[in-house]
Amino acid sequence: MLTDLYIKIALVVVIFAISLLIAMYSTYAERKVAAFLQDRLGPDRAGPWGILQPAADGMKMFMKEEIIPTRATGFLFIVGPSLAIMTACIGSAVIPWGQKLVIGSTTIDLQVTDINVGILYIFGVVSLGVYGIMIGGWASNNKYSLLGAIRAASQNISYEISMGLSIIALLMVTGTLSLREIAEQQHGWHWNIIYQPVGFVLFLICAFAETNRSPFDLPECETELVGGYHTEYSSMKLGFYLFAEYINMFISSAVMVTLYWGAYNYPGMDYIAAHFGANASVILGVVLMFMKIFLFIFFFMWVRWTIPRFRYDQLMDLGWKGLIPFAIANIVVTGLVIVLYHHS
Amino acid sequence: MEPLSNKKKVLDVKPLTLAEKMYLPAIAKGMAITMSHFFKKKVTIRYPEQQREFSENFRGMHSLKRDEDGRERCTACGLCALSCPAEAITMTAAERQKGEENLYREEKYAAVYEINMLRCIFCGLCEEACPKEAIYLDGPIVPSDTLRKDFIYGKDKLVEAPLNQ
Repeated sequence: MLTDLYIKIALVVVIFAISLLIAMYSTYAERKVAAFLQDRLGPDRAGPWGILQPAADGMKMFMKEEIIPTRATGFLFIVGPSLAIMTACIGSAVIPWGQKLVIGSTTIDLQVTDINVGILYIFGVVSLGVYGIMIGGWASNNKYSLLGAIRAASQNISYEISMGLSIIALLMVTGTLSLREIAEQQHGWHWNIIYQPVGFVLFLICAFAETNRSPFDLPECETELVGGYHTEYSSMKLGFYLFAEYINMFISSAVMVTLYWGAYNYPGMDYIAAHFGANASVILGVVLMFMKIFLFIFFFMWVRWTIPRFRYDQLMDLGWKGLIPFAIANIVVTGLVIVLYHHS
Repeated sequence: MEPLSNKKKVLDVKPLTLAEKMYLPAIAKGMAITMSHFFKKKVTIRYPEQQREFSENFRGMHSLKRDEDGRERCTACGLCALSCPAEAITMTAAERQKGEENLYREEKYAAVYEINMLRCIFCGLCEEACPKEAIYLDGPIVPSDTLRKDFIYGKDKLVEAPLNQ
Protein backbone atom coordinates (compact mmCIF):
# COMPACT_ATOMS: atom_id res chain seq x y z
CA MET A 1 0.00 0.00 0.00
CA LEU A 2 2.79 2.37 0.94
CA THR A 3 4.68 1.60 -2.26
CA ASP A 4 1.53 2.52 -4.14
CA LEU A 5 1.63 5.90 -2.47
CA TYR A 6 5.28 6.37 -3.35
CA ILE A 7 4.60 5.42 -6.94
CA LYS A 8 1.74 7.92 -7.09
CA ILE A 9 3.86 10.70 -5.64
CA ALA A 10 6.66 9.91 -8.07
CA LEU A 11 4.15 9.93 -10.93
CA VAL A 12 2.75 13.29 -9.84
CA VAL A 13 6.24 14.77 -9.71
CA VAL A 14 7.17 13.31 -13.08
CA ILE A 15 4.00 14.55 -14.76
CA PHE A 16 4.45 18.01 -13.26
CA ALA A 17 8.03 18.10 -14.43
CA ILE A 18 7.07 16.91 -17.90
CA SER A 19 4.29 19.43 -18.29
CA LEU A 20 6.52 22.27 -17.13
CA LEU A 21 9.31 21.13 -19.43
CA ILE A 22 6.95 20.83 -22.37
CA ALA A 23 5.45 24.24 -21.62
CA MET A 24 8.97 25.67 -21.43
CA TYR A 25 9.94 24.28 -24.77
CA SER A 26 6.58 25.23 -26.25
CA THR A 27 7.62 28.85 -25.87
CA TYR A 28 10.76 28.05 -27.82
CA ALA A 29 8.84 25.96 -30.34
CA GLU A 30 6.34 28.74 -30.79
CA ARG A 31 9.06 31.16 -31.78
CA LYS A 32 10.68 28.61 -34.05
CA VAL A 33 7.41 27.65 -35.72
CA ALA A 34 6.48 31.30 -36.16
CA ALA A 35 9.83 31.97 -37.74
CA PHE A 36 9.65 28.96 -40.03
CA LEU A 37 6.18 29.83 -41.22
CA GLN A 38 7.43 33.33 -42.01
CA ASP A 39 10.62 32.23 -43.81
CA ARG A 40 12.82 33.22 -40.89
CA LEU A 41 15.14 31.20 -38.67
CA GLY A 42 14.00 32.18 -35.19
CA PRO A 43 16.11 32.07 -32.03
CA ASP A 44 19.44 30.37 -32.69
CA ARG A 45 21.94 32.18 -30.47
CA ALA A 46 21.53 30.55 -27.03
CA GLY A 47 23.12 27.13 -27.36
CA PRO A 48 23.02 25.00 -30.51
CA TRP A 49 19.90 25.94 -32.54
CA GLY A 50 18.95 28.18 -29.65
CA ILE A 51 17.79 25.34 -27.41
CA LEU A 52 18.86 27.22 -24.28
CA GLN A 53 16.51 30.05 -25.20
CA PRO A 54 13.79 29.08 -22.66
CA ALA A 55 16.39 29.13 -19.88
CA ALA A 56 17.57 32.56 -21.02
CA ASP A 57 14.00 33.81 -21.18
CA GLY A 58 13.28 32.46 -17.71
CA MET A 59 16.43 34.07 -16.35
CA LYS A 60 15.39 37.37 -17.86
CA MET A 61 11.92 37.08 -16.34
CA PHE A 62 13.36 36.47 -12.87
CA MET A 63 15.88 39.29 -13.10
CA LYS A 64 13.40 41.94 -14.20
CA GLU A 65 12.12 44.59 -11.84
CA GLU A 66 8.87 43.59 -10.22
CA ILE A 67 6.34 46.39 -10.25
CA ILE A 68 3.09 46.34 -8.30
CA PRO A 69 1.10 49.47 -9.12
CA THR A 70 0.18 51.52 -6.01
CA ARG A 71 -3.48 51.59 -6.96
CA ALA A 72 -3.63 47.86 -7.52
CA THR A 73 -5.25 45.50 -5.06
CA GLY A 74 -2.05 43.98 -3.68
CA PHE A 75 -3.24 40.59 -2.52
CA LEU A 76 -5.39 39.79 -5.54
CA PHE A 77 -2.65 41.09 -7.81
CA ILE A 78 -0.44 38.27 -6.59
CA VAL A 79 -3.20 35.66 -6.43
CA GLY A 80 -4.12 36.16 -10.11
CA PRO A 81 -1.05 34.66 -11.78
CA SER A 82 -0.69 31.96 -9.11
CA LEU A 83 -4.26 30.86 -9.72
CA ALA A 84 -3.73 30.87 -13.47
CA ILE A 85 -0.72 28.60 -13.32
CA MET A 86 -2.15 26.37 -10.59
CA THR A 87 -5.37 25.62 -12.45
CA ALA A 88 -3.36 25.00 -15.58
CA CYS A 89 -1.20 22.43 -13.77
CA ILE A 90 -3.82 20.41 -11.89
CA GLY A 91 -5.67 19.46 -15.06
CA SER A 92 -3.03 16.82 -15.73
CA ALA A 93 -4.20 14.70 -12.78
CA VAL A 94 -6.91 12.74 -14.58
CA ILE A 95 -5.32 12.23 -17.97
CA PRO A 96 -4.37 8.62 -18.68
CA TRP A 97 -0.86 8.80 -20.09
CA GLY A 98 -0.64 5.09 -20.74
CA GLN A 99 -1.83 1.67 -19.77
CA LYS A 100 -0.60 -0.12 -16.67
CA LEU A 101 3.08 -0.97 -16.54
CA VAL A 102 3.86 -4.25 -14.79
CA ILE A 103 7.33 -4.49 -13.28
CA GLY A 104 7.80 -7.69 -11.24
CA SER A 105 4.90 -7.73 -8.81
CA THR A 106 4.19 -4.01 -8.80
CA THR A 107 1.75 -2.44 -11.18
CA ILE A 108 2.28 1.16 -12.15
CA ASP A 109 -0.85 2.90 -13.34
CA LEU A 110 0.22 5.68 -15.67
CA GLN A 111 -2.54 7.98 -14.51
CA VAL A 112 -2.48 9.98 -11.31
CA THR A 113 -6.08 9.30 -10.45
CA ASP A 114 -8.92 7.62 -12.31
CA ILE A 115 -12.02 9.39 -11.06
CA ASN A 116 -15.27 8.38 -12.70
CA VAL A 117 -16.14 11.99 -13.56
CA GLY A 118 -12.82 12.72 -15.26
CA ILE A 119 -14.24 14.93 -17.99
CA LEU A 120 -16.28 16.95 -15.54
CA TYR A 121 -13.16 17.45 -13.44
CA ILE A 122 -11.31 18.77 -16.50
CA PHE A 123 -14.18 21.11 -17.28
CA GLY A 124 -14.27 22.35 -13.70
CA VAL A 125 -10.55 23.05 -13.67
CA VAL A 126 -10.58 24.72 -17.06
CA SER A 127 -13.42 27.03 -16.08
CA LEU A 128 -11.54 27.92 -12.88
CA GLY A 129 -8.68 29.08 -15.09
CA VAL A 130 -10.60 32.16 -16.13
CA TYR A 131 -10.52 33.34 -12.49
CA GLY A 132 -6.78 33.83 -12.78
CA ILE A 133 -7.27 36.16 -15.73
CA MET A 134 -10.35 37.80 -14.26
CA ILE A 135 -8.73 38.52 -10.90
CA GLY A 136 -5.54 39.70 -12.58
CA GLY A 137 -7.45 42.11 -14.80
CA TRP A 138 -9.55 43.36 -11.90
CA ALA A 139 -6.72 43.76 -9.40
CA SER A 140 -4.58 45.74 -11.85
CA ASN A 141 -6.97 48.67 -11.51
CA ASN A 142 -6.47 49.46 -15.16
CA LYS A 143 -9.40 49.80 -17.50
CA TYR A 144 -7.60 48.10 -20.38
CA SER A 145 -6.75 45.13 -18.21
CA LEU A 146 -10.32 44.99 -17.00
CA LEU A 147 -11.62 45.04 -20.56
CA GLY A 148 -9.31 42.17 -21.43
CA ALA A 149 -10.45 40.24 -18.39
CA ILE A 150 -14.10 40.81 -19.20
CA ARG A 151 -13.55 39.65 -22.76
CA ALA A 152 -11.81 36.54 -21.42
CA ALA A 153 -14.67 35.80 -19.06
CA SER A 154 -17.46 36.19 -21.59
CA GLN A 155 -15.49 34.29 -24.21
CA ASN A 156 -14.86 31.38 -21.86
CA ILE A 157 -18.49 31.21 -20.79
CA SER A 158 -19.73 31.28 -24.38
CA TYR A 159 -17.38 28.59 -25.62
CA GLU A 160 -17.68 26.41 -22.53
CA ILE A 161 -21.30 25.81 -23.53
CA SER A 162 -20.61 24.52 -27.00
CA MET A 163 -17.63 22.58 -25.66
CA GLY A 164 -19.93 20.87 -23.16
CA LEU A 165 -22.49 20.16 -25.88
CA SER A 166 -19.88 18.67 -28.20
CA ILE A 167 -18.74 16.45 -25.33
CA ILE A 168 -22.30 15.25 -24.71
CA ALA A 169 -22.43 13.73 -28.20
CA LEU A 170 -19.17 11.97 -27.43
CA LEU A 171 -20.48 10.71 -24.12
CA MET A 172 -23.52 9.27 -25.90
CA VAL A 173 -21.09 7.15 -27.91
CA THR A 174 -18.79 6.16 -25.05
CA GLY A 175 -21.32 5.93 -22.26
CA THR A 176 -18.82 6.93 -19.55
CA LEU A 177 -17.27 10.03 -18.04
CA SER A 178 -14.06 8.33 -16.93
CA LEU A 179 -11.14 9.31 -19.14
CA ARG A 180 -9.47 5.94 -18.50
CA GLU A 181 -12.49 4.06 -19.80
CA ILE A 182 -12.84 6.36 -22.80
CA ALA A 183 -9.20 5.70 -23.60
CA GLU A 184 -9.63 1.93 -23.20
CA GLN A 185 -12.66 1.89 -25.51
CA GLN A 186 -10.57 3.29 -28.35
CA HIS A 187 -8.39 0.17 -28.34
CA GLY A 188 -6.44 -0.35 -31.57
CA TRP A 189 -7.80 1.99 -34.18
CA HIS A 190 -11.35 2.50 -32.88
CA TRP A 191 -10.64 6.14 -32.29
CA ASN A 192 -13.57 8.40 -31.47
CA ILE A 193 -12.64 10.79 -34.27
CA ILE A 194 -14.15 8.20 -36.64
CA TYR A 195 -17.50 8.33 -34.83
CA GLN A 196 -17.52 11.98 -33.88
CA PRO A 197 -15.77 14.07 -36.56
CA VAL A 198 -18.11 17.06 -36.23
CA GLY A 199 -17.93 16.90 -32.48
CA PHE A 200 -14.17 16.92 -32.69
CA VAL A 201 -14.07 20.02 -34.88
CA LEU A 202 -16.42 21.79 -32.48
CA PHE A 203 -14.33 20.69 -29.51
CA LEU A 204 -11.16 21.83 -31.24
CA ILE A 205 -12.54 25.30 -31.91
CA CYS A 206 -13.72 25.58 -28.32
CA ALA A 207 -10.35 24.38 -27.05
CA PHE A 208 -8.71 27.24 -28.93
CA ALA A 209 -11.10 29.65 -27.24
CA GLU A 210 -10.65 28.10 -23.80
CA THR A 211 -6.87 28.31 -23.95
CA ASN A 212 -7.10 31.91 -25.22
CA ARG A 213 -5.07 31.03 -28.26
CA SER A 214 -5.26 32.88 -31.53
CA PRO A 215 -7.70 33.43 -33.27
CA PHE A 216 -9.48 33.69 -29.92
CA ASP A 217 -6.79 35.63 -28.07
CA LEU A 218 -9.03 38.56 -27.26
CA PRO A 219 -8.00 38.84 -23.60
CA GLU A 220 -4.63 40.06 -24.78
CA CYS A 221 -4.41 42.47 -27.65
CA GLU A 222 -1.81 45.19 -27.92
CA THR A 223 -3.60 47.12 -30.62
CA GLU A 224 -6.86 47.51 -28.73
CA LEU A 225 -6.02 47.06 -25.06
CA VAL A 226 -2.43 48.28 -24.70
CA GLY A 227 -1.58 44.75 -23.57
CA GLY A 228 -4.68 43.06 -22.26
CA TYR A 229 -5.43 41.53 -18.88
CA HIS A 230 -1.71 41.46 -18.06
CA THR A 231 -0.89 45.07 -18.96
CA GLU A 232 0.24 45.93 -15.41
CA TYR A 233 2.19 42.75 -14.82
CA SER A 234 5.94 42.52 -14.97
CA SER A 235 8.75 40.02 -14.36
CA MET A 236 7.82 36.47 -13.38
CA LYS A 237 4.18 37.31 -12.62
CA LEU A 238 3.75 38.10 -16.28
CA GLY A 239 5.81 34.99 -16.96
CA PHE A 240 3.33 32.90 -14.98
CA TYR A 241 0.44 34.15 -17.08
CA LEU A 242 2.23 33.44 -20.33
CA PHE A 243 3.47 30.12 -19.02
CA ALA A 244 -0.03 29.11 -17.90
CA GLU A 245 -1.19 29.53 -21.48
CA TYR A 246 1.39 27.02 -22.67
CA ILE A 247 0.56 24.52 -19.94
CA ASN A 248 -3.10 24.92 -20.85
CA MET A 249 -2.22 24.24 -24.45
CA PHE A 250 -0.40 21.05 -23.46
CA ILE A 251 -3.22 19.84 -21.22
CA SER A 252 -5.95 20.60 -23.73
CA SER A 253 -3.96 18.82 -26.43
CA ALA A 254 -3.72 15.84 -24.09
CA VAL A 255 -7.48 15.96 -23.49
CA MET A 256 -8.21 16.11 -27.20
CA VAL A 257 -5.91 13.18 -27.87
CA THR A 258 -7.53 11.21 -25.06
CA LEU A 259 -11.08 11.95 -26.10
CA TYR A 260 -10.86 11.80 -29.87
CA TRP A 261 -7.51 10.60 -31.15
CA GLY A 262 -7.27 7.27 -29.38
CA ALA A 263 -5.12 8.36 -26.40
CA TYR A 264 -2.28 5.85 -26.11
CA ASN A 265 -3.88 3.39 -28.54
CA TYR A 266 -2.46 2.61 -31.93
CA PRO A 267 -3.22 0.06 -34.63
CA GLY A 268 -1.43 -3.24 -34.06
CA MET A 269 -0.90 -2.78 -30.34
CA ASP A 270 -2.06 -6.34 -29.64
CA TYR A 271 0.55 -7.65 -32.05
CA ILE A 272 3.30 -5.66 -30.30
CA ALA A 273 2.05 -6.84 -26.89
CA ALA A 274 2.02 -10.47 -28.01
CA HIS A 275 5.45 -10.46 -29.67
CA PHE A 276 7.52 -7.97 -27.65
CA GLY A 277 5.87 -8.06 -24.25
CA ALA A 278 3.09 -6.01 -22.70
CA ASN A 279 5.44 -3.36 -21.28
CA ALA A 280 6.93 -2.61 -24.70
CA SER A 281 3.45 -2.03 -26.04
CA VAL A 282 2.61 0.26 -23.09
CA ILE A 283 5.78 2.32 -23.50
CA LEU A 284 5.23 2.63 -27.25
CA GLY A 285 1.70 3.78 -26.45
CA VAL A 286 2.99 6.48 -24.12
CA VAL A 287 5.47 7.65 -26.74
CA LEU A 288 2.77 7.76 -29.39
CA MET A 289 0.45 9.62 -27.04
CA PHE A 290 3.10 12.30 -26.60
CA MET A 291 3.71 12.38 -30.34
CA LYS A 292 0.02 13.06 -30.89
CA ILE A 293 0.09 15.75 -28.22
CA PHE A 294 3.08 17.40 -29.87
CA LEU A 295 1.28 17.34 -33.19
CA PHE A 296 -1.63 19.14 -31.57
CA ILE A 297 0.65 21.70 -29.96
CA PHE A 298 2.18 22.28 -33.36
CA PHE A 299 -1.32 22.62 -34.78
CA PHE A 300 -2.13 25.27 -32.18
CA MET A 301 0.93 27.23 -33.27
CA TRP A 302 0.29 26.67 -36.95
CA VAL A 303 -3.18 28.16 -36.56
CA ARG A 304 -1.86 31.05 -34.50
CA TRP A 305 0.49 32.15 -37.24
CA THR A 306 -2.11 31.73 -39.98
CA ILE A 307 -5.40 33.22 -38.85
CA PRO A 308 -5.97 36.78 -37.67
CA ARG A 309 -7.80 37.57 -34.46
CA PHE A 310 -11.60 37.68 -34.44
CA ARG A 311 -13.44 40.89 -33.86
CA TYR A 312 -15.33 40.68 -30.60
CA ASP A 313 -18.85 40.62 -32.07
CA GLN A 314 -17.75 38.04 -34.63
CA LEU A 315 -16.45 35.91 -31.78
CA MET A 316 -19.78 36.08 -29.98
CA ASP A 317 -21.67 35.44 -33.24
CA LEU A 318 -19.60 32.37 -33.95
CA GLY A 319 -19.97 31.02 -30.44
CA TRP A 320 -23.68 31.49 -29.95
CA LYS A 321 -25.11 31.40 -33.48
CA GLY A 322 -22.63 29.01 -35.05
CA LEU A 323 -21.16 26.50 -32.67
CA ILE A 324 -24.05 25.95 -30.26
CA PRO A 325 -26.64 25.10 -32.96
CA PHE A 326 -24.10 22.86 -34.64
CA ALA A 327 -23.34 21.12 -31.38
CA ILE A 328 -27.03 20.54 -30.70
CA ALA A 329 -27.56 19.22 -34.24
CA ASN A 330 -24.60 16.93 -33.67
CA ILE A 331 -26.23 15.56 -30.52
CA VAL A 332 -29.51 14.93 -32.36
CA VAL A 333 -27.81 13.19 -35.28
CA THR A 334 -25.67 11.10 -32.94
CA GLY A 335 -28.79 10.09 -31.03
CA LEU A 336 -30.63 9.13 -34.22
CA VAL A 337 -27.69 7.07 -35.47
CA ILE A 338 -27.37 5.26 -32.16
CA VAL A 339 -31.11 4.45 -32.10
CA LEU A 340 -31.13 3.25 -35.71
CA TYR A 341 -27.98 1.21 -35.18
CA HIS A 342 -29.41 -0.55 -32.16
CA HIS A 343 -32.68 -1.35 -33.92
CA SER A 344 -31.20 -2.74 -37.08
CA MET B 1 -16.92 62.28 -61.06
CA GLU B 2 -15.23 61.00 -64.17
CA PRO B 3 -12.20 58.93 -63.27
CA LEU B 4 -8.94 60.27 -64.63
CA SER B 5 -7.73 57.01 -66.11
CA ASN B 6 -11.04 55.92 -67.67
CA LYS B 7 -10.52 52.57 -66.00
CA LYS B 8 -13.56 51.03 -64.47
CA LYS B 9 -13.53 48.66 -61.55
CA VAL B 10 -16.72 46.67 -61.21
CA LEU B 11 -17.45 45.79 -57.61
CA ASP B 12 -18.64 42.25 -57.27
CA VAL B 13 -20.50 41.73 -54.01
CA LYS B 14 -22.04 38.32 -54.26
CA PRO B 15 -23.54 36.85 -51.09
CA LEU B 16 -21.26 34.30 -49.46
CA THR B 17 -21.70 30.71 -50.50
CA LEU B 18 -22.21 28.06 -47.86
CA ALA B 19 -18.58 26.96 -48.05
CA GLU B 20 -17.46 30.55 -47.52
CA LYS B 21 -19.81 30.99 -44.58
CA MET B 22 -18.33 27.92 -42.94
CA TYR B 23 -14.90 29.62 -42.78
CA LEU B 24 -13.21 26.25 -42.45
CA PRO B 25 -12.32 25.68 -46.15
CA ALA B 26 -10.77 29.14 -46.31
CA ILE B 27 -8.91 28.48 -43.08
CA ALA B 28 -7.63 25.18 -44.45
CA LYS B 29 -6.40 27.00 -47.52
CA GLY B 30 -4.60 29.54 -45.40
CA MET B 31 -3.05 26.80 -43.31
CA ALA B 32 -1.79 25.12 -46.47
CA ILE B 33 -0.17 28.36 -47.55
CA THR B 34 1.61 28.90 -44.25
CA MET B 35 2.69 25.27 -44.20
CA SER B 36 4.25 25.62 -47.63
CA HIS B 37 6.37 28.43 -46.20
CA PHE B 38 7.59 26.15 -43.41
CA PHE B 39 9.86 24.34 -45.85
CA LYS B 40 10.95 27.26 -47.98
CA LYS B 41 14.45 28.61 -47.99
CA LYS B 42 14.94 31.02 -45.11
CA VAL B 43 15.90 34.58 -45.91
CA THR B 44 17.56 35.27 -42.56
CA ILE B 45 21.11 36.61 -42.62
CA ARG B 46 22.95 35.86 -39.37
CA TYR B 47 24.23 39.39 -39.15
CA PRO B 48 27.56 39.71 -37.39
CA GLU B 49 28.97 36.58 -39.01
CA GLN B 50 27.24 36.90 -42.36
CA GLN B 51 26.83 40.21 -44.07
CA ARG B 52 24.41 41.17 -46.73
CA GLU B 53 25.93 42.11 -50.07
CA PHE B 54 25.19 45.69 -50.91
CA SER B 55 24.16 46.84 -54.34
CA GLU B 56 26.73 48.49 -56.59
CA ASN B 57 25.47 51.99 -55.95
CA PHE B 58 25.20 51.64 -52.18
CA ARG B 59 26.34 54.80 -50.42
CA GLY B 60 28.05 54.16 -47.11
CA MET B 61 30.68 55.90 -45.04
CA HIS B 62 32.84 58.49 -46.78
CA SER B 63 36.48 57.94 -47.48
CA LEU B 64 39.07 60.49 -48.57
CA LYS B 65 41.16 58.90 -51.29
CA ARG B 66 44.87 58.85 -51.95
CA ASP B 67 46.42 58.87 -55.40
CA GLU B 68 48.67 56.15 -56.84
CA ASP B 69 51.68 57.54 -54.93
CA GLY B 70 49.84 57.51 -51.63
CA ARG B 71 49.29 61.27 -51.50
CA GLU B 72 45.99 62.78 -50.34
CA ARG B 73 43.94 63.90 -53.29
CA CYS B 74 41.88 66.50 -51.45
CA THR B 75 42.86 70.11 -52.10
CA ALA B 76 40.39 71.65 -49.71
CA CYS B 77 38.57 73.49 -52.47
CA GLY B 78 35.36 73.34 -50.45
CA LEU B 79 33.08 72.27 -53.30
CA CYS B 80 31.89 69.26 -51.36
CA ALA B 81 30.95 71.45 -48.40
CA LEU B 82 29.22 73.83 -50.76
CA SER B 83 27.23 71.11 -52.49
CA CYS B 84 26.24 69.44 -49.24
CA PRO B 85 22.51 70.06 -48.67
CA ALA B 86 22.74 69.04 -45.04
CA GLU B 87 25.80 71.22 -44.38
CA ALA B 88 27.57 68.34 -42.77
CA ILE B 89 31.06 68.99 -44.11
CA THR B 90 33.51 71.51 -42.73
CA MET B 91 37.21 71.90 -43.48
CA THR B 92 40.21 74.07 -42.82
CA ALA B 93 42.71 74.51 -45.64
CA ALA B 94 46.46 74.70 -45.16
CA GLU B 95 49.44 75.26 -47.44
CA ARG B 96 51.79 72.43 -48.25
CA GLN B 97 55.28 72.96 -46.80
CA LYS B 98 58.58 71.90 -48.29
CA GLY B 99 59.19 68.22 -47.83
CA GLU B 100 55.51 67.32 -47.65
CA GLU B 101 55.24 66.62 -51.38
CA ASN B 102 54.90 62.93 -50.70
CA LEU B 103 51.91 63.58 -48.40
CA TYR B 104 49.68 65.93 -50.36
CA ARG B 105 49.21 66.05 -54.10
CA GLU B 106 48.69 69.78 -54.55
CA GLU B 107 49.91 72.95 -52.85
CA LYS B 108 46.77 73.26 -50.78
CA TYR B 109 45.38 70.50 -48.58
CA ALA B 110 42.79 70.01 -45.87
CA ALA B 111 44.38 70.30 -42.45
CA VAL B 112 41.06 69.58 -40.82
CA TYR B 113 38.28 67.77 -42.62
CA GLU B 114 35.18 66.88 -40.65
CA ILE B 115 31.88 65.30 -41.57
CA ASN B 116 29.05 65.34 -39.08
CA MET B 117 27.53 61.90 -39.55
CA LEU B 118 24.40 62.93 -37.68
CA ARG B 119 23.68 65.49 -40.37
CA CYS B 120 24.84 63.58 -43.42
CA ILE B 121 22.01 62.22 -45.53
CA PHE B 122 24.23 60.15 -47.83
CA CYS B 123 22.94 61.89 -50.93
CA GLY B 124 26.29 61.57 -52.67
CA LEU B 125 26.44 65.16 -53.89
CA CYS B 126 29.89 65.67 -52.35
CA GLU B 127 31.10 62.75 -54.40
CA GLU B 128 29.69 64.32 -57.54
CA ALA B 129 30.96 67.81 -56.73
CA CYS B 130 34.56 66.78 -56.07
CA PRO B 131 36.77 67.78 -59.01
CA LYS B 132 39.72 65.76 -57.68
CA GLU B 133 37.96 62.43 -57.18
CA ALA B 134 39.01 62.67 -53.57
CA ILE B 135 35.84 61.72 -51.76
CA TYR B 136 33.75 58.59 -52.25
CA LEU B 137 30.89 57.11 -50.26
CA ASP B 138 32.15 53.58 -50.69
CA GLY B 139 32.56 52.60 -47.04
CA PRO B 140 30.49 50.38 -44.79
CA ILE B 141 27.45 51.42 -42.75
CA VAL B 142 28.40 54.12 -40.25
CA PRO B 143 28.74 52.36 -36.89
CA SER B 144 26.55 53.32 -33.97
CA ASP B 145 27.81 55.34 -31.02
CA THR B 146 26.51 56.76 -27.78
CA LEU B 147 27.84 60.33 -27.77
CA ARG B 148 26.95 62.99 -30.29
CA LYS B 149 30.51 64.27 -30.43
CA ASP B 150 31.74 60.90 -31.60
CA PHE B 151 29.72 61.23 -34.78
CA ILE B 152 31.88 64.06 -36.05
CA TYR B 153 34.33 62.15 -38.17
CA GLY B 154 37.73 63.73 -38.69
CA LYS B 155 40.51 62.83 -41.05
CA ASP B 156 41.63 60.02 -38.74
CA LYS B 157 38.50 58.11 -39.66
CA LEU B 158 37.96 59.34 -43.19
CA VAL B 159 41.32 59.19 -44.96
CA GLU B 160 42.19 55.93 -46.66
CA ALA B 161 44.96 53.88 -45.12
CA PRO B 162 48.40 54.68 -46.65
CA LEU B 163 49.48 52.44 -49.48
CA ASN B 164 52.57 50.97 -47.86
CA GLN B 165 50.85 49.62 -44.79
